[in-house]
Amino acid sequence: MAKDSINWMAGGPQGSGVDTAANVFGKACGYGGLHVFGRREYHSNIKGLHSYFHLRLSKKEILANINDVDLLAAFDAETVVRHIGEVVSEGGIIIDSQHLNTKVLGIPTLPPEFRAQLQKFMQENNVGETLADWLEHAKKLNIQVFSVPYMSLLNQIGQKLGVTQISKITRMINVLTVGVSFALFRYDRALAEKAVRAVFAEKAKIADMNVIALNQAYDYAESMFKDEFKHRLETTAVKEERIFITGNQAVAMGKVLGGCRVQTYYPITPAADESEYLEAHEILKTSEENEAIIVVQTEDEIAAVNAASGAALAGARAATSTSGPGFSLMAEGLSWAGNSEIPLVITYYQRGAPATGLPTRNGQADLQFVLHAGHGEFPRIVLASGDIRECFYDAAKAFNLAEKYQLPVIHLLDKAMANCSQTYPVFPYHGFKIDRGQLLNEKNLEGKDYKRFVFTETGVSPRVALGTRRGVHWYTGDEHNESGHISEEPLTRRLMVEKRMKKLELIDKEMSIEDKLAFFGNQDAENIVVSWGSPKGAIIESLHLLKDDSLNVGFIQLRMLSPFPVEIVRSALTDKKRIIDVEDNYCGQLGDLIKEKTGIAPNYFILKYTGRPMTTTEVYEALKLILTDHAPKRQVLMYGS
Amino acid sequence: MGLKASDFKTDVYADWCPACGNFGIMNGLQMAFAELGLEPHQIVLVSGIGCSGKEAHNVKCFGVHTLHGRTLPFAMGIKVANPNLEVVAVGGDGDGLGIGAGHFVNAGRRNLDITYILHNNGVYGLTKGQASPTLKFGLKTKSLPRPNINEAVNPIALALIAGYTFVARSYAYDVRHLKETIKSAIQHKGLAFIDCLQPCPTYNNINTKEWYAGEDRKDHSGNPQSRLYKLEEENFDPVVHDWNEDWKKKTAAIEKAQEWGDRIPIGIFYKNQLEPTFQERLSQRIPFYLTSPPAEQKLCDENGNSYVNLDAFLDDLKTN
Repeated sequence: MAKDSINWMAGGPQGSGVDTAANVFGKACGYGGLHVFGRREYHSNIKGLHSYFHLRLSKKEILANINDVDLLAAFDAETVVRHIGEVVSEGGIIIDSQHLNTKVLGIPTLPPEFRAQLQKFMQENNVGETLADWLEHAKKLNIQVFSVPYMSLLNQIGQKLGVTQISKITRMINVLTVGVSFALFRYDRALAEKAVRAVFAEKAKIADMNVIALNQAYDYAESMFKDEFKHRLETTAVKEERIFITGNQAVAMGKVLGGCRVQTYYPITPAADESEYLEAHEILKTSEENEAIIVVQTEDEIAAVNAASGAALAGARAATSTSGPGFSLMAEGLSWAGNSEIPLVITYYQRGAPATGLPTRNGQADLQFVLHAGHGEFPRIVLASGDIRECFYDAAKAFNLAEKYQLPVIHLLDKAMANCSQTYPVFPYHGFKIDRGQLLNEKNLEGKDYKRFVFTETGVSPRVALGTRRGVHWYTGDEHNESGHISEEPLTRRLMVEKRMKKLELIDKEMSIEDKLAFFGNQDAENIVVSWGSPKGAIIESLHLLKDDSLNVGFIQLRMLSPFPVEIVRSALTDKKRIIDVEDNYCGQLGDLIKEKTGIAPNYFILKYTGRPMTTTEVYEALKLILTDHAPKRQVLMYGS
Repeated sequence: MGLKASDFKTDVYADWCPACGNFGIMNGLQMAFAELGLEPHQIVLVSGIGCSGKEAHNVKCFGVHTLHGRTLPFAMGIKVANPNLEVVAVGGDGDGLGIGAGHFVNAGRRNLDITYILHNNGVYGLTKGQASPTLKFGLKTKSLPRPNINEAVNPIALALIAGYTFVARSYAYDVRHLKETIKSAIQHKGLAFIDCLQPCPTYNNINTKEWYAGEDRKDHSGNPQSRLYKLEEENFDPVVHDWNEDWKKKTAAIEKAQEWGDRIPIGIFYKNQLEPTFQERLSQRIPFYLTSPPAEQKLCDENGNSYVNLDAFLDDLKTN
């Protein structure tokens, strides 16, 4: 793979400011016109366990991480031993010199099975017991080591700031690593300063302190490691306005655009950040001025889904946001909403499952679950975004679909998208239209005998918000007649089931191909990749690399999984030599779905279920093996610590 | 011209057993709505699952017959989206204190301005008479294979501790008292709870209409001595006038809530209008919340163009 990006990783114990360092680093690169893609990895833990941020930077657009680390900014010894294998030849490691004597096997946060792996590695490679020994080993692999005495830098900073108690400013080690990193890359320090000020925008004093720290570290590294490091980060001029955004933020913004005015949630990773972000921005800027989104933290996810349904009945666009365990609790409420034809939006961030699983890691093992969750048969729309930009537009669109077709819409995402951050041109949104479907008001009802569930040709009945004069009606979880009263009459039952279910045909008919799926690469090629969700970026980048190898392959990204676009998918997959299913799960759930709906089954699988998202490197390599007939039917990817 | 109770009737056949307490509660609701001058479209009656769940279909106003135990979350969502609606939730004792106990408690933390009427008959009627969370320990109602092995929850005490700001008890067969209690509950600014005692003529053969009426304890002249007595007739003052007396009023109410057996108090146990409602708390943050609640926001112009301006979000995220 040709070198077209710089890859920086910061790692350290949770709570030590890894995220902040990465945010400063990413923003500073964004200010310099670079494209940034960042992946955040953390344990289910508040303080102490290993976390890291893997940033990829390039002058051209980038869509995913690759396996390389060009510069590893290690806050502690564990970061070095966990990631040393990812650092490339001619790459570098920045380490706090106070950790050099740390005995690697004595690091208390290492799980026993990982410690055993390290032990084996040390024996096989003749590596000694201290971190210094490990770094000697790194040097043999042509990795540069930059040992920095952070404590003495902090002492100097303390003197400048008039702080005598150094423990009060040790938090700033994260910014020191950023300063050292940028000095090694010989990157514009003014941009780094600007990024520090932006990240600490609400705390001017802390921003000042961190700017001093940044410069101290930069000066130190500039003088000590002058021009030693091979890699450079250069700024580039850009004309377009860009943003640096996470999936959680994109969904929140999309919801506001889509008219969501009540959001309910119960705290769960990785969904809660979205609700908190919304609550922080609850008063909305609109040309009407008096608009706000009400965010309600409920006592559990059962309350969250049902309160959202209640809000939707009252006429507000309403949503709830959760992850797997929470969605499991919502199943009954989902079924009620399906039966009562409620325009309800559920944002579902998948994480490593089953059970509590890998609460802070990625997964795509809930596709079949969301397609079938809730007892009984009822129509639902399932949208799956494949990147952060899609997160934004799909989140907005979900509310139009929910109201137009009066049913639950599940917006299916994953942790990778939730917590990745990426630069994009500012999302244009001014053309976005709100479509409230058949929502009647008091005037529309004049002289009419209103029935909420009146039978219609399409299955969609005109809807009225609770509180509308002349529109009194009833809802029930029981089967019901057109008025919404309980009915167990066989004919009514049959007609009501058909009324609800035929909306799926309507949706399939009315929605555009672009809403259902996206094609990439060469569609006429005899080989085709099928996937959904966050693997999208790595797959598209792999397609470009494969083209350079003269290997021909197309890619279908499924964007709407219910109702399933049967005919388009069937015709796209007919007569293909190789159909390669790429997903973050064990079973190949999309492959199963395609087979169920079209009768055509994928014959190759690239799967990952370690909880870490796919990188371009590993997807490319796996695809290449398949296309050159060197691969088994099923490859399981493993990259990522 | 105001509406009459009969204007709140629907033509849906009420399929409860003859002499079911639900008839009294249904009548009490219809009378209370009429006397308060409410119109059907202003009210949302939210119900749970069980015999009482069907009540939503027998009262002419918006009816939302929900899931077992989830009455309060639905009611919350409706009220938060449109605080101008009069939201009344009804549900059984199993619904509210068994499967829905978490919601019952947490509703108290919010003090939404809604009314919740618990249909308390000690049994799960619709599933044929199992013990509900309010059935006393050791009782063996008709269809129980063994005497009840669980202690009972005290709904009044639980509501008080959870933070309900209006806590009352009434009796389904005393429709006049019930109607007045419902009116007070609806007029109360905050979360109002009514523990409505009711016989289940089919499955609760212990706490029967005759038992409440005291047919088994006649005085010298042969008159039955009702087990129910009215707090207001004993000069019990439930109102919190000042925060300083709040705990005293609460403990006095809890003390009253322990009474059972031969003397069962009905009436208002506790009333506190000093506590800000959830709507008021939201209004502190969002001054236009009540005048422009979520359900009434326009979202877009007549051509569907969104009114929203995302600059505030985007400016924070910009890299140049």
